[in-house]
Amino acid sequence: MTRRALLALEDGTTFPCFAFAGDGEVAAEVCFNTAMTGYQEVLTDPSYKGQMVVMTYPLIGNYGTNPEDVESAAVQVSAFLVKEYQPLPSNFRSTQSLKEYLEAAGVLGVEGLDTRALTRHLRIKGAMKGVLSTRDLDPASLTAKAQRSPGLVGVDLVKEVTCQAAYRWIGGRIDRQVDLAGDPEAIWAGGQGRWRVVALDCGIKYNILRRLEARDMKVLVVPAFTTAAAIARLNPDGVFLSNGPGDPAAVTYVVETVRDLLGVKPIFGICLGHQMLGQALGGKTFKLKFGHRGANQPVMDLITTKVEITSQNHGFCVDAATIPDPDVVMTHLNLNDRTLEGLSHKKIPLFCVQYHPEASPGPHDADYLFDRFVKMMTTGQPPAAA
Amino acid sequence: MPKRDDLKKIMIIGSGPIIISQACEFDYSGTQAIKALKEEGIQVVLINSNPATIMTDPEMADRTYVEPITPEYVVEVLRAERPDAILPTLGGQTALNTALMVARTGILEELGIEMIGATPAVIEKAESRELFRAAMANIGLKVPESAICHTIAEVLAAARRIGYPLVVRPAFTLGGTGGGVAYNREDLEAIASAGLAASLTNEVMIEQSVLGWKEFELEVMRDRKDNVVIICSIENLDPMGVHTGDSITVAPAQTLTDREYQVMRDAAIAIMREIGVETGGSNVQFAINPADGEMVVVEMNPRVSRSSALASKATGFPIAKMAAKLAIGYTLDELPNDITKETMASFEPTIDYCVVKVPRWAFEKFPGAQDVLTTSMKSVGETMAIGRTFKEALQKGLRGLEIGRAGLIGDGKDPDPASLTPDLLREKLRTPNSLRIFWVAQAMRAGMSDQEIFDLTWIDPWFLANIRQLVDFQAELSTCRAWGELVDPLTSLDEGLLRRAKQWGFSDRQLAAALGCDELAVRRRREKLGIRHTYKLVDTCAAEFEAYTPYFYGTYETEDECRAGERRKVMILGGGPNRIGQGIEFDYCCVHASLALRELGIESIMVNSNPETVSTDYDTSDKLYFEPLTFEDVLNIIASEKPEGIIVQFGGQTPLNLAVPLYKAGAPILGTSPDAIDRAEDRDRFRDLLKKLGLRQPANATATSVDQAVAIAEKIGYPVVVRPSYVLGGRAMEIVYDQAALMHYMATAVQASPDHPILIDKFLEDAIEVDVDAVADGQSCVVAGIMEHIEQAGVHSGDSACVLPPHTLTPDMIDEIRSATHALAFELGVKGLMNIQFAVKDNLLYILEVNPRASRTAPFVSKATGIPWAKVATKVMVGHSLKDQGILAEARPGHISVKEAVFPFVRFPGVDPVLGPEMRSTGEVMGIDSNLGLAFAKSQIAAGQVLPTSGTVFISVKDQDKPAVAPVARKFHRLGLDIVATTGTHAALTAQGIPSRLVQKVSQGRPHVVDAMKNGEVQLVINTAEGKDPQSDAYQIRRAALERGLPYITTIAAAKATVDAVEALLKSDHLSVTPLQDYYRG
Repeated sequence: MTRRALLALEDGTTFPCFAFAGDGEVAAEVCFNTAMTGYQEVLTDPSYKGQMVVMTYPLIGNYGTNPEDVESAAVQVSAFLVKEYQPLPSNFRSTQSLKEYLEAAGVLGVEGLDTRALTRHLRIKGAMKGVLSTRDLDPASLTAKAQRSPGLVGVDLVKEVTCQAAYRWIGGRIDRQVDLAGDPEAIWAGGQGRWRVVALDCGIKYNILRRLEARDMKVLVVPAFTTAAAIARLNPDGVFLSNGPGDPAAVTYVVETVRDLLGVKPIFGICLGHQMLGQALGGKTFKLKFGHRGANQPVMDLITTKVEITSQNHGFCVDAATIPDPDVVMTHLNLNDRTLEGLSHKKIPLFCVQYHPEASPGPHDADYLFDRFVKMMTTGQPPAAA
Repeated sequence: MPKRDDLKKIMIIGSGPIIISQACEFDYSGTQAIKALKEEGIQVVLINSNPATIMTDPEMADRTYVEPITPEYVVEVLRAERPDAILPTLGGQTALNTALMVARTGILEELGIEMIGATPAVIEKAESRELFRAAMANIGLKVPESAICHTIAEVLAAARRIGYPLVVRPAFTLGGTGGGVAYNREDLEAIASAGLAASLTNEVMIEQSVLGWKEFELEVMRDRKDNVVIICSIENLDPMGVHTGDSITVAPAQTLTDREYQVMRDAAIAIMREIGVETGGSNVQFAINPADGEMVVVEMNPRVSRSSALASKATGFPIAKMAAKLAIGYTLDELPNDITKETMASFEPTIDYCVVKVPRWAFEKFPGAQDVLTTSMKSVGETMAIGRTFKEALQKGLRGLEIGRAGLIGDGKDPDPASLTPDLLREKLRTPNSLRIFWVAQAMRAGMSDQEIFDLTWIDPWFLANIRQLVDFQAELSTCRAWGELVDPLTSLDEGLLRRAKQWGFSDRQLAAALGCDELAVRRRREKLGIRHTYKLVDTCAAEFEAYTPYFYGTYETEDECRAGERRKVMILGGGPNRIGQGIEFDYCCVHASLALRELGIESIMVNSNPETVSTDYDTSDKLYFEPLTFEDVLNIIASEKPEGIIVQFGGQTPLNLAVPLYKAGAPILGTSPDAIDRAEDRDRFRDLLKKLGLRQPANATATSVDQAVAIAEKIGYPVVVRPSYVLGGRAMEIVYDQAALMHYMATAVQASPDHPILIDKFLEDAIEVDVDAVADGQSCVVAGIMEHIEQAGVHSGDSACVLPPHTLTPDMIDEIRSATHALAFELGVKGLMNIQFAVKDNLLYILEVNPRASRTAPFVSKATGIPWAKVATKVMVGHSLKDQGILAEARPGHISVKEAVFPFVRFPGVDPVLGPEMRSTGEVMGIDSNLGLAFAKSQIAAGQVLPTSGTVFISVKDQDKPAVAPVARKFHRLGLDIVATTGTHAALTAQGIPSRLVQKVSQGRPHVVDAMKNGEVQLVINTAEGKDPQSDAYQIRRAALERGLPYITTIAAAKATVDAVEALLKSDHLSVTPLQDYYRG
């Protein structure tokens, strides 16, 4: 028997629903994702820390879960909301139902609400804090809790998802932890790959690591609080800035690290990594009304003028107009709302995108950016200079 | 990249008549494309022989050629019009094949015409199995192991190498005609020889069977900057082995992880690039092994298709419109998304509902055809349903099918549980058939496990799990009834259960059947509990952006997005899924109704469930409700929208059947009153009506028993027409010539009883049948068109060729027809369209039937006269008199228009292709010219009949036709054609001094006439002999003609018309082509 549950938003709107996995009470920002496939990747994406996710596609759980389609070692969302949970999954790779998967992670999953109504509400009113509970079904009480919850703005969530110790990623998995103070050659020992890349982990998705490794890179993942000096000491060929959760303006220590690395090593950033670079170059970020989360966002590469269909997951955006450096080049543009999706620099070897070329979930159209990173490490020149 | 400015005039090729596998989806795509090009200031030239299309409306294209779609006619149009380019990707396989043949003539180079959308090289690469295979190998994609064969010997050799079962796929055919699955050598020889004959290139592919693999389709678009997007993914519920047109399909794909989906997406994009489709839409089909995920490419179509029409309706993304814009040079990022306005077309639609398409078949129309589904498509139509759950969409789809089911299960139509033996169930599950989905539910009800059902059907366990939820829920409902019998069954149904029932798509009728109450009681109960329908938008973006296009579906949610405004508004009920007897002609009328309302500034609200149509295009009407046409679903929309009127006259029988229940529920029905409709349909009231007006009808009576039937037939005199009173569209209607035949009919076809009387009419032998369409407004009545049939009365009016204006009727008879029409219109108080079928025998006029509604011929008459009669009728219905509209007198065109029917017999092996009172044609074509001979010739050519201007005519007629056939034979002889004839006919011709060669009947030993036909020694067959026995000469000749594609004539009237047509073709030194616009200018 499914348990009754209630979602209350900070503006007092409530949605009765039923728990299909777990129970309890959780406060988080409520956001929606429009991808029709890839719920397991969404669940395990660290960028969703502090958020509960509504899937706009109504039928979720269809193909179960498996040990491969994970983007981190844990379920990261605060809670998961769907229209109709599918209890009997069918797929040759499925090893566990979504219900079992969420319950094993202790994450609340609910169904039976009008997810389209909720999505429209968020689109019209903007992103909101909410509380989802199986314990407190009183709308007034739950709304009050939602209003009191901290929310995302100004909160550093990176510290909750970054690795505590550096590690080497070899053969598609975490190979070993390393001591960054140790002998650099020992740290880089093992694995295949021509390029040495340090990935600054603000909540990195595994598929980024898989894509980097597939491009002939030896990957060393370091905690977000690693300093520029510590990174420079490892003498990598390039530095990668990862995706991550929360308000980019709250992650000042990473911005400082990045600023110190500018011009030192070629830098490639994705998502929060892009926002870190944007701030390091003097720009500011702002919160989007309800964010971009899905697998169908059109982005134009302004260098080739070709359109790529991209995977996105961000609630904040770099304001291009606030970047004082005249050498900064806008390289990618969102064709839906004309917001900034990518940057480069005429002189410093760096580039970054707001969206997810590693996909997972989503289309592979932007996979070429990993090649662009290799080329930048090869030439030492920024892509925009070419 | 903005549009190319060197393209000022573009020719579009349509798809011709509606046939199985090529239906109104190509009118939908062509219409969109024409609008899209005209919007850009491009002049559009169109060729399409199908008069029932919106695309051939004179105000659509600039130059509209209603001419046969053959390379010869296309070349003539190209010479006359000199377009800059030809766009062949919007008219289905017909347009693609024709364009390819046109390109091979070298005319395009000669006139400097470019082929856009798909070049000949692209078409060949996608369509030729060999080239396609090589292309897939190039990009590292797997295709099933296969061999290309041109002879039976090659086929058998390939079979030894690949092993059985095997799939046979002919190259260059429509909808897999001639294809099939062979489990042994015998099957293989039969299927492959038919396939070789059906293929334009005499080529079949023998292919490793991937039977039972999961089947997926992706709809892909590419622009000339190489931007590629996937519009929609589709998963087939019926796995590989059933043609996708015959499969229940679901959008989006349900059982692929993102990883697998992206592999498929990458493959589809690679295929677009490798095949070289520069701009436009394509469809790519994949099969996936459910055990390990192995993926193979099944095929790709470099054009818009039935699936792309479905994808457009399923997502709201107008693929054909975009394909047209891309073809003239735009790129996706330059084209706005109409629905959101603020975003661009360069994105991938995402949906927040589930879409289910269910095909509709017509096996009952083809006695002898097996209800078995294979890789050769057999369905004649489809319905689409949208729901927030798969269960809801599936059940909406099944009730939208209009086959008498109110859902999957528990609607009172389930078979008796005692009859569900394991053997029966296994048989019904193992061999795919038109009712398999219902059998799956019944098997579950009978206790069969999902595993066993999967083993028999290979239907994915996810679908089975959802179906089982419905079956289990139904069982739960039945317990409510058991409880409820103590009290009120409805009160035992609590809010939670009822809400779940509605969210899972249970109709009120299903619930009523489960609870043992009536449908309206369920409705009242749920209204009391606050369980009301809501409407959601189809918006391409899952609510991420605001949508401006009001395209709705119904569901049971908390938020209702319906935007009922205060404007004057009128609702139009469409025709639902296409079926034989109710197809594009009715959709045409519905679209015109909508256009007329919009012209008058009245909001038009369309309700329909057919994804193939123009009526379900989101910009045809002010609002579109994509919903099943059932009493419950329509009443829901009426409750939300409160229209001032409802038009039920235009969608065929479907809305007409709803007229009375809706009227009783208080809905405002526009136009002719439901009572007048009843007066025309009820036999007794109709007889009184004619009596009152002093009009004549063939002697008739009603029988409720066999004895009574025999007595009536004796009294009236044979031959008589017999039919059950409770079915429509000529179902089970037969002409019987003697008592033995009557007894046989009564014993096999129908069961006469007081509840189900049999209607018996005198059959008027050799009468001329006449169809009249008219419009009346209460004050005046104007005849729209008088059509004289070429076949005698007895052939269903939808199946016979007809001529406008009449070619043999006397002016006095035409006057009499006109006054009878006026009298009927006034007496019935017709407001809108009406159709009357007359018969003329011995210079006496008989009334056969009166239909106070739009008829199948309304579009033909509109095209022939240049007046949009359905629009005129719509305006009448909302209060604009004929006089106000300036419609004062009958149109009298100076040209001749001929309508000819097109049949699907070739799809049904073993079926007798004889015409009778039961309609079996799927579509129609029109031939127009200045004289009857040429107009008839064009209609025949357009219908696929290759009229010979030299060679040999085979003639065999029954004794009574022997005098009449002589002039026909003499004319053939004079025109230089040879004649062969069987004994009796040969003797009769010889006596008249007409030379002919004697050929043996089949029964006389070999070599006989069928041998001659198979050897290509006969080019035209005239055979009026009857004979239904498969052993009879007549049957064997009919079947042989069908399989060889020889023109086949069964009546003297048609033979006369044909010889005149051959003469006209021989006399004209070139093919004449003229656009409608010039005909109307006069």
